Amino acid sequence: MMANDQVSYRHWRPEQDSEGIVWLTLDRADSGTNALSREVLEELALLLDNFAGSPPRGVVIRSGKTNGFIAGADVHEFTRITSHAEALELIQRGQSILTKIEQLPVPTVAMISGFCLGGGLELALACRYRIAASTPETKLGAPEVQLGIHPGFGGTVRLTRLLGPVAALDLMLTGRAIDGRKAKQLGLVDYAVPERQLVNAARATILHPPTPKRPGLLQRLPGTAPLRPLLAWYLRRSVASKAALQHYPAPYALIDLWQRYSGNLATMYLEEARSVATLITSSTARNLLRVFFLQERLKTEGRGADFKPRYVHLIGGGTMGGDIAAWCVLQGFHVTIQDLDHGRLAKVVQRAAGLFKKKLRSPRLVQAALDRLIPDRDGAGIGRADVVIEAIFEDADAKRALYRQIEPRLRPDALLATNTSSIPLEELGQALTRPGRLVGLHFFNPVAKMQLVEVVAAAGTDPAMVARAMAFVGAIKRLPLPVKSSPGFLVNRILLPYLLEAVAMEMEGIPASAIDRAAVEFGMPMGPILLADTVGLDICLSVARILARHYPIEVPKRLEELVAAGRLGRKSGHGFYDYKNQQPVMPSGKAASPLSELAERLILRLLNEAVACLRERVVADGELLDAGVIFGTGFAPFYGGPLHYLQTKGPEALRQRLDDYAMRYGSRFTADQGWADLIAAGKGGA
Amino acid sequence: MSNTEAYKGGRPVYIVDGARTPFLKARGKPGPFKAADLAVAAGKALLVRQPFAPETLDEVILGCIIPGPDEANIARVVSLRLGCGKKVPAWTVQRNCGSGMQSVDCAALNIAHGRSELVLAGGTEAMSHAPVLWSEAMVAFLGEWSRARSIPAKLGVLARLRPAHLKPVIGLILGLSDPVVGLSMGETAEELAYRFGISRPQMDAYALESHRRLALAQDEGRLTEIAPLYDSRGNVYERDEGLRRDVDMASLARLKPVFDRPFGNVTAGNSSQITDGAAWLLLASREAVDKYGLKVLGRIVDNEWAGVEPAQMGLGPVHAMAPILKRQGLKTEDIDFWEINEAFAVQVLACMAAWQSADYCRTELGYTAPFGAIDRNRLNVDGGAVALGHPVGCSGARIVLHLLHLLQRNQARRGMASMCIGGGQGGAMLIERGEG
Repeated sequence: MMANDQVSYRHWRPEQDSEGIVWLTLDRADSGTNALSREVLEELALLLDNFAGSPPRGVVIRSGKTNGFIAGADVHEFTRITSHAEALELIQRGQSILTKIEQLPVPTVAMISGFCLGGGLELALACRYRIAASTPETKLGAPEVQLGIHPGFGGTVRLTRLLGPVAALDLMLTGRAIDGRKAKQLGLVDYAVPERQLVNAARATILHPPTPKRPGLLQRLPGTAPLRPLLAWYLRRSVASKAALQHYPAPYALIDLWQRYSGNLATMYLEEARSVATLITSSTARNLLRVFFLQERLKTEGRGADFKPRYVHLIGGGTMGGDIAAWCVLQGFHVTIQDLDHGRLAKVVQRAAGLFKKKLRSPRLVQAALDRLIPDRDGAGIGRADVVIEAIFEDADAKRALYRQIEPRLRPDALLATNTSSIPLEELGQALTRPGRLVGLHFFNPVAKMQLVEVVAAAGTDPAMVARAMAFVGAIKRLPLPVKSSPGFLVNRILLPYLLEAVAMEMEGIPASAIDRAAVEFGMPMGPILLADTVGLDICLSVARILARHYPIEVPKRLEELVAAGRLGRKSGHGFYDYKNQQPVMPSGKAASPLSELAERLILRLLNEAVACLRERVVADGELLDAGVIFGTGFAPFYGGPLHYLQTKGPEALRQRLDDYAMRYGSRFTADQGWADLIAAGKGGA
Repeated sequence: MSNTEAYKGGRPVYIVDGARTPFLKARGKPGPFKAADLAVAAGKALLVRQPFAPETLDEVILGCIIPGPDEANIARVVSLRLGCGKKVPAWTVQRNCGSGMQSVDCAALNIAHGRSELVLAGGTEAMSHAPVLWSEAMVAFLGEWSRARSIPAKLGVLARLRPAHLKPVIGLILGLSDPVVGLSMGETAEELAYRFGISRPQMDAYALESHRRLALAQDEGRLTEIAPLYDSRGNVYERDEGLRRDVDMASLARLKPVFDRPFGNVTAGNSSQITDGAAWLLLASREAVDKYGLKVLGRIVDNEWAGVEPAQMGLGPVHAMAPILKRQGLKTEDIDFWEINEAFAVQVLACMAAWQSADYCRTELGYTAPFGAIDRNRLNVDGGAVALGHPVGCSGARIVLHLLHLLQRNQARRGMASMCIGGGQGGAMLIERGEG
């Protein structure tokens, strides 16, 4: 009998079998997912201390949840950290508990099925052996950099020791997750076996422990003292091409940590903890954490209604229609796509096949996906579909004519959605005998990359249909953002003034490349001029014209001239830039004013429109607005969203800058009346 | 329901819909679609327009002669890929060139006798994917090689390897030959030309007409049973590719005989083409028709399978069609349209000759009088396999499907579909438009 049996645990379930192996199951109370909260770790410490007197034959750590092993540390606890000292204490306590696992005098196995991420991977690394299920659901990774930190429970030490620096740093710098088979190839796990053999494998490993794996000389070589600076230099350079130091310090901190301390493991544990404590209290990490929670909130929005769609019908085989169709197929739906032109349908299938090959890899899965995609010239799928999405060209009359034609064939309970990017629902719904059934589902290009979908509802829209639309977006693993039907909805409306300001600046003679560089240095993923070229100048122009009917927007002549000249952007080979092999030829050019000033001018337009949208309640609250702009435009996530950025900088100061710009450039910089509320709220709260 | 509607002593059997792929000409290398891909493409276009879910089917039956090595029980592979779900059983049938019609017969019998209500039946063939094999000697060599453990043993085995071992065996050629009488299908066609005195110009003229009719059918958009194929490279296939609009008597006359070289008459131009394609029919009981509100295309009235001399397998249709007419008390002119599969131009011509030959009907069928001549204007009116190709396991379903469309278009009543079957058999199916 073990001492453990007398103690009852909330999160852990220890069971000793007849061979003396302790099976330690983590089944976190009050949560569907295992995360390493303080309480979970302290309980583990208690358990491990109890082994000290009479150690078992071996210990297997496994999960009692069906969705995975351990998802990571408990990120909610991060938000409660107020100081560096507090952070350091928390991290070092975690380190010392995992070290207890490592120091057990008996074989230990982490039995992994499903996700094993972040702190979960660090716990597994503290075990002597790791055995993973070879299922596609099994994902191992160290995604900490995505939250602005790096592994802190000894992961930087143990992963490097296990894999050698190249593979280990690659996993930690990219944050990518790998499946069981890949993990076996890398040496991250000792065995990757079918689910049905997990228990056998864990048991056999404890009873006949093999020599633990260590990286070969070749893998260790780049970590030797003479070569370390070389690898560090190379890694810094490749990180710099993706994330700037001033915006994303975590990857640089990780490289520093490894370069300086990997020669001395004892120090490296301490320095790892110090580094994470510094990072976790930085504004970048706090803002990235905010973005993580915003994402979770949008995911929750998609979990409401009890709607289990299976068949989706797309009308319109253009880029958007085709890409939405392909994405839905990828998520397991059966999709019919309707277009009168066989050639366009053929291109849809071709592009979809490309996406499936990239995402699914296995030829069997690619084939299954292609089988679920049905080109449907005659619209046979309309009467079968749970969800019908119209994605034809932006012409209200054409859309209305289409709705009249298809409405009698729709199932009464089917969700009818339009992918219009700018036409208000009220204008389109008139064509239906049940106008309330029409919902907007506004996807962003490219569909496979952009997580956001605006779910648009007008005043008369049936709430049940909106709930279905939200659930559908959740089901296809996109983030639903509920927005009010108004011209441009949220994302395009906020983005357009920013793009048009860039065009105005280009007309003033500021080099396009300087404008783009300014935006990228600010933290945008892509400059506005290049973005306009990528979206297509004809599309930008059309959105601008539609929005100009509702808002005081001047459509720049330059845009009209370029479109008239057939310079449509990347797709036509020429736009603001010229393109060679789809890549822009960036002429070097210097701006007269500093880049930060250019960026400020661009961003102020964006912020001003964001304030207007908040005031008009285009979305329900500021959090949703920030989430929409981040996931719909890629707005610098480390600022936590435009409104959060605005609050950080202080609304009063920004408002002052707007007034200055209005004096110089005119009414388009006139501060929205919503600023007054923000300033007042700030003062009231202070 | 009257008794006369009963099929083979059971319930009446209806065909409610059908679809096929365009027929893709084999171009000397594996085509863009495997046999299962073809059947899936046509099947999903067909199922998506039905008012019932694919899981509602009672079974899926598919004819196929040369499924790929990774397509064991190809019907089940296709059924699962079509989303029919794990609970719908599926099986594959093989009666050589009659396979596509055999599956329809099996489906009809199961419906007639109450085992099924709703069945997807058809045929598929990707002849361009027919396997190329190692010779038996080479397989034996490979076996010995893998058993030889030591290096001297390996060298000993290697020394027995001869260049002849490496000569590939073309599966398609074997498949199109009769192993019992030792004749290729083309040679059996030459036999018929000899027996019935059919000349090269007669065959070529028949072939030319087949192309002309298919061209007209395409131009007038009559082949509405075709569901286009899409490959993953951005191509769409909408039409049967075997059609040669530029063909004329002179160009046909220039072709060299393929089988009896150099003096024979059967050429690539007057034979059916090596082709990839799939066709499906959806069969239903009265109950299923009512339950789902299905529109009936036609009813299967009768079916017959007959055995004939393997060396003259091309006469199979005569032996399969004759008993049906006798049983149903019908004369030649009671049939509005005929689809006799054009394995070879001469083979259809020989069937027509035998059909109206008093001598043939007496000696081979035991009938006192011959049948009346089949009007060429009612036979294969939109062209046949000479022009559009003969994916062997598929054609039987294709001709029944097309016949239904023909009857519909002409508001005609009765149609007869029939085909010759390699190995010396014939198959025939009598159908009536509408609910009969």
